[in-house]
Amino acid sequence: MELVVNILLGIVIAATPLVFAAIGELVVEKSGVLNLGVEGMMIVGAIAGFSVTIESGNYLAGVISAIAAGALMALLFGFLTQTLFANQVATGLALTMFGLGLAALWGQDYSGKAAGNFPRLDLPVLSDLPLVGKLLFGQDYLVYLSILLVVGVSWFFRKTRGGLIVRAIGENHDAAHAIGYPVVLYRYLALMFGGACAGLGGAYLSVVQTPFWAEGMTAGRGWIALALVVFAAWRPGRALLGAYLFGGITILQLHSQGFGVKVEAQYLSMLPYLATIAVLVIISSDRLKVKLNAPACLTQPFRAAT
Amino acid sequence: MLRLEPRREPSRAMQVLTPVFAVVLTILAGLVLFAILGKDPFRAIWLIFFEPLTQTYALAELTVKATPLILIGAGLAMGFRAGVWNIGAEGQFVAGALAGGSVALALHETAGLWIMPLMCIAGMLGGMAWAAIPAFLRTRFNANEILTSLMLVYVAILLLSALVHGPLRDPEGLNFPESRLFSESMILPILIEGTRAHVGFILALLAIAVAWLFMERHLLGFQIKVQGQAPLAARFAGYSEKRIVWMCLLTSGALAGLAGTTEAAGPVGQLVPALPIGYGFTAIIVAFLGRLHPFGILLGGLLMALTYIGGEAAQIAMSLPSATTRVFQGMLLFFLLAMDVLVGSRVRWIPRTVHG
Repeated sequence: MELVVNILLGIVIAATPLVFAAIGELVVEKSGVLNLGVEGMMIVGAIAGFSVTIESGNYLAGVISAIAAGALMALLFGFLTQTLFANQVATGLALTMFGLGLAALWGQDYSGKAAGNFPRLDLPVLSDLPLVGKLLFGQDYLVYLSILLVVGVSWFFRKTRGGLIVRAIGENHDAAHAIGYPVVLYRYLALMFGGACAGLGGAYLSVVQTPFWAEGMTAGRGWIALALVVFAAWRPGRALLGAYLFGGITILQLHSQGFGVKVEAQYLSMLPYLATIAVLVIISSDRLKVKLNAPACLTQPFRAAT
Repeated sequence: MLRLEPRREPSRAMQVLTPVFAVVLTILAGLVLFAILGKDPFRAIWLIFFEPLTQTYALAELTVKATPLILIGAGLAMGFRAGVWNIGAEGQFVAGALAGGSVALALHETAGLWIMPLMCIAGMLGGMAWAAIPAFLRTRFNANEILTSLMLVYVAILLLSALVHGPLRDPEGLNFPESRLFSESMILPILIEGTRAHVGFILALLAIAVAWLFMERHLLGFQIKVQGQAPLAARFAGYSEKRIVWMCLLTSGALAGLAGTTEAAGPVGQLVPALPIGYGFTAIIVAFLGRLHPFGILLGGLLMALTYIGGEAAQIAMSLPSATTRVFQGMLLFFLLAMDVLVGSRVRWIPRTVHG
């Protein structure tokens, strides 16, 4: 039983950065923009969160810096794609390459340092319950925040006027513009929300999960988050499910050697990447479904007629 | 206030000028960056962009670094023109190095002029095979090639690491994770005595010439451009999208694989886990810097090679962090994409009018 709980705890910790990054990108894509720079925003968030946490000794300051850093990176993307009409795919790649370089430059003095233990929820009685106590009531605060975020985004798209406008802009920006909605402004806001979430996901890696800084530590998680959005068919709840599924695969890979699987570590490390490909293939092969679920204006530039 | 007005037709002059603007802006931003880092900005820029051009050895090194960048960039540009986003060239580079390197290791006791061409062909096939996976998944299952090709980069790097830790490890070595050193017939001939400039650069020039003939003088090249600029028109004209996807991915995979082989059989001389150092990603910048045109890619590849060599020299001379080069390369792509707006639009100053 103890082992099962440990595995489940591991899954939550492995999944949470993906939840953040995926839910942010989901909102961005709902507004009709594809930001391929998630990996870059994540890694900048990771080093921003880590360095500020180390320097200030304050976790909240670290987390807020990561959010701000991610949002700033997204703002750069927004300026290029929304104001200067640059190609979204190319700009997203540029954001990732720039982010990886910037984070390496920023983090060169932080290798080998460690952040302490991130504060966890600690409720009297409940957190001490056998088995479920630690799992349900003893996680770090960001885990709860990630789940709240998914619920909040889901509610935003279903129940609020703002959510409806974002969806309308993603489906048909010309019509939304004709009615009088500020397409570009909403896209900027969606992008910055996505960047903030990616930055937070990065900070989760460097401040909570490991907790230390290593160059290139995101190791493709930003790209996996992009795949998760497709997997989720642009639905928040399914993005959460997908992230936990991937957390499961990561933990499976870590524990399989403990179970006596005799394969070299490198082959096991391939699993999350291969699983991403498998998931993409399964979801994408239903062309009609993808077409119905994907925002119709995804990657299309918007230029208002004046 | 400033306003952007769409042009009736893309400006030809701007298409040539924007990369130049981007380079100038990158240098200016670099001055600021170095000032922030507390280093002498003008000395750093001189070391990175100009000093290497004054030394013969550095010029030879330029061709060594430019070879993989040009080879990969020429292939990628073809796909980018068609809207086929192969961003996993780094993985195809590794697969090519593995295939070409395996041939070299299997034949290590033989000698002959035929071995090198065989290695190159094996490398191209290896890169093609790796690129065939995203091509198949896109054409058969509609899976996005951006994500699948990128995921395969991680898989390829892990595969290389597993193989040089295992079956390909040097049996006479000290258990280090590296292969045997390639013997003489498996090393690319040196062009200029006393430098590392090798025959691979000739292959890169050849690839540029062939790419130009193909894109500008062949019907398939025309089809690729139509597919990218007007997918609907391509469909009405009866061009097969699947065929174009396959062709673009296989060609870029083959060139990336060849680049992997020339790298392993050139400056490195063996298979090591650290063989891939990001040429596959930098080549994306090269492709855009060269405006996706073969001749532009030649110049773009040389310029990016310059940032590598100058960057290294500056790191040593001024103890700059090694990530500076990557920040520079990222900034360059940003400025390039930003400046591109001038191709399709013009900036107009519109005085605010006061209505009475």
